[in-house]
Amino acid sequence: MKLRFSASDEAFRVEVANWLRDNLCGEFESIRFRGGPGDEHSFVEERKAWERKLGEAGWTCIGWPQAWGGRAASIEQQVVFNEEYARAGGPGRIGHIGETLMGPTLIAYGSEAQKVKYLPAIRSGDAIWCQGYSEPSAGSDLANVKTKAVFDEQAQVWHITGQKVWTSLAHESQYCFVVARTDPQAKGHKGLGFFMLDMDQPGVTIRPIEQLTGTSEFNEVFFDSAVCSADDIVGKPGEGWQVAMALLGFERGVSTLGQQMLFQNEFNDIVQLAKRNGADRDPMLRQRIAEAHIGLRLMRYNTLRVLSGSDQGELQAEGMIYKLYWSSWHRNLGKLAMDVMGADSEILEAEPYALNRLQSMFLFTRADTIYGGTNQIQRNLIAERALGMPREPRGNNE
Amino acid sequence: MEFKFTDEQIMIRDTAEAFVSEVSTSAAVRSAMLMPAGYDADLWRQISADMYWQALPVPEALGGLGLGYVELAATFEQTGRFLLCSPLMATAALAVPAIRLAASDKQQALYLGRILEGQVATLAHSGIKTHGSDINVQANVTDQGVCLNGISRHVLNGQTADFFIVAAKETFTSGEQGVSLWFIDSNTQGLAMKALPTMDQTRRLAELQLNNVVLSPQQRLGGEAKCQAELLSTILDLAAIAVSAEQVGGAQQSLDISVAYIKERVQFGRTIASYQAIKHKCADMMLKAESARSGLYYAACIADEFLAGACDAETLAEAASITKAYSSEAFFFNAGCGIQLHGGVGITSEYDIQLYFKRAKALESFLGNASEHRERLAKQLLDSEVTW
Repeated sequence: MKLRFSASDEAFRVEVANWLRDNLCGEFESIRFRGGPGDEHSFVEERKAWERKLGEAGWTCIGWPQAWGGRAASIEQQVVFNEEYARAGGPGRIGHIGETLMGPTLIAYGSEAQKVKYLPAIRSGDAIWCQGYSEPSAGSDLANVKTKAVFDEQAQVWHITGQKVWTSLAHESQYCFVVARTDPQAKGHKGLGFFMLDMDQPGVTIRPIEQLTGTSEFNEVFFDSAVCSADDIVGKPGEGWQVAMALLGFERGVSTLGQQMLFQNEFNDIVQLAKRNGADRDPMLRQRIAEAHIGLRLMRYNTLRVLSGSDQGELQAEGMIYKLYWSSWHRNLGKLAMDVMGADSEILEAEPYALNRLQSMFLFTRADTIYGGTNQIQRNLIAERALGMPREPRGNNE
Repeated sequence: MEFKFTDEQIMIRDTAEAFVSEVSTSAAVRSAMLMPAGYDADLWRQISADMYWQALPVPEALGGLGLGYVELAATFEQTGRFLLCSPLMATAALAVPAIRLAASDKQQALYLGRILEGQVATLAHSGIKTHGSDINVQANVTDQGVCLNGISRHVLNGQTADFFIVAAKETFTSGEQGVSLWFIDSNTQGLAMKALPTMDQTRRLAELQLNNVVLSPQQRLGGEAKCQAELLSTILDLAAIAVSAEQVGGAQQSLDISVAYIKERVQFGRTIASYQAIKHKCADMMLKAESARSGLYYAACIADEFLAGACDAETLAEAASITKAYSSEAFFFNAGCGIQLHGGVGITSEYDIQLYFKRAKALESFLGNASEHRERLAKQLLDSEVTW
């Protein structure tokens, strides 16, 4: 058992850090540490330019196979890249949905023609994608999709009609992948299709959702007979759920240490603030700061265990706690930040509603325990899949 | 990334699991609890002679197995899981690191040799406070040697130890100054061991009473007259990592026996394991057990790095406090939830969950509870210019 990355991974780390030091500057200085969760609406044009810059230098899609322009980087290298990227203050990756979700799904399940059509633009940083899964009545119960896909035999196109919600970056994206019901008689995870939709068409309407922070990262997206070519369905009609679930499987893992580096930056800010404003002399706050420190360190070692693979090759139970763990930790950090700020936590930067970084974090972390599977859903999954406890009887929509 | 057991470490873990689960059944634990020593002396002979576990952290050159803290952690995880009653913790996790870190070469050969032969040794560092801060044994140093007077409490397996490593403070010193460590045999004149009745009957503590105990300078660990406060702190950090390993094992078993129970228990026509209120508690318990395990393995790796000279004592202290703080609360949380999940039978003597609950409380307060370790981390974070 070893705690450290290998020498070659550490050499790769230096290469990444050096490139970022030499390139994340000048015109890109202003976007350092920006555009992350809670700030995804900021500096969109600059971040698109940065995405292309990364693409030119071969720093997008590093985990992809070389045939599609990737570096076939190992999991460790991808983790190291994300960690150094966050350490250097790399801006929130506007192309991450294409790189980490759509691309790997196409590489695994797409046709050759689909790969040729879509992968190069993701790889170059030109194409931005968004995700059309959740609907007003399909939240935790993701399979309860109402959006319909109807095939027009004559025109050989699909017509998509329905509403998606919580769609990040919808108004900045050229494409959206959409789960829609191809068989109107089917319920639950049966009779779904997985579509790749061009967002630039009359049948698509985007409406931003204003959040408690006053900002709008998320959108509602309305499809009114939006057109999708017959060639742009991944898998067959009826296989949408399998593709959609496989896609979520690609989401795990490599960005977690990068995310933790962002958390570390926030935690460091809180420690510095406590030293400045005297909160460091409050015994209860000292306990909570230490507790947050412990929590963040254990988050790292949880991750390193998952990355190292299981000792006995069984289902990696420890990987299943990750979402519940980080979201709960981060939400507590938000509360801690406000308590360290003390009475000043109420005072904003400016009218009308300019939050500072910690205030914004405090408010936005309330979303952490909800999106991507609520804490309650996570606990169900842990209990059922890792501990083998029986499912609760379901309602009658399945 | 190799942050997982090697094949050899898996073998050590599996061997420990197979052995402890066989010898430390519920019935065996309950029988050992009632014995005067608090453990079965025959079983200890088996552990020390056949399994040779006390030799795990002893260097090969001295006749030990020369293994590290990862192997030690893997073993103590299993002893904690099955509530093993034995002086292994006192001997291998308290006395051995004290000897390795503080004793001279000659002393190491002698005293580690005695441990390898199966003698029981323990550390009397005094008090509920850790890190040499409340030593109540006074050392009056003269040219002829030293005379110790005072009391050391909470000495693990102190009643049956063959020899002790006792922390003392020189007279007229204050704070962290004047701390020294001494080898004392149990039959030394002026030394009395008084058993203390303990809430957790699986783990015995004693009070050591020293009344004009006269020692020669050769009995001083390391032989030199210099303050050993920092060294003692480091010894306790290594010990705390082993305690954390027992806590991780206990936290896991508290979850496992509770899940096994609730899968069988039927109310309102279905097993109570199918209710979300129950499932969510179990999910939280699993999160605690797994995270505690990750913290333990990290600290064990750091301990090995420290012993190899690859990191400093400050890094070890941080790791020890992280794992001890978290695993203390994780074990207590899981054992407490375990009682609740058992319902009424959880508070009976018949079911084992109450034994885990008591062990959890005992280990939590041993070598510094969670808030003491958090305060130690807070000092590192907030009271220095070091940035993390």
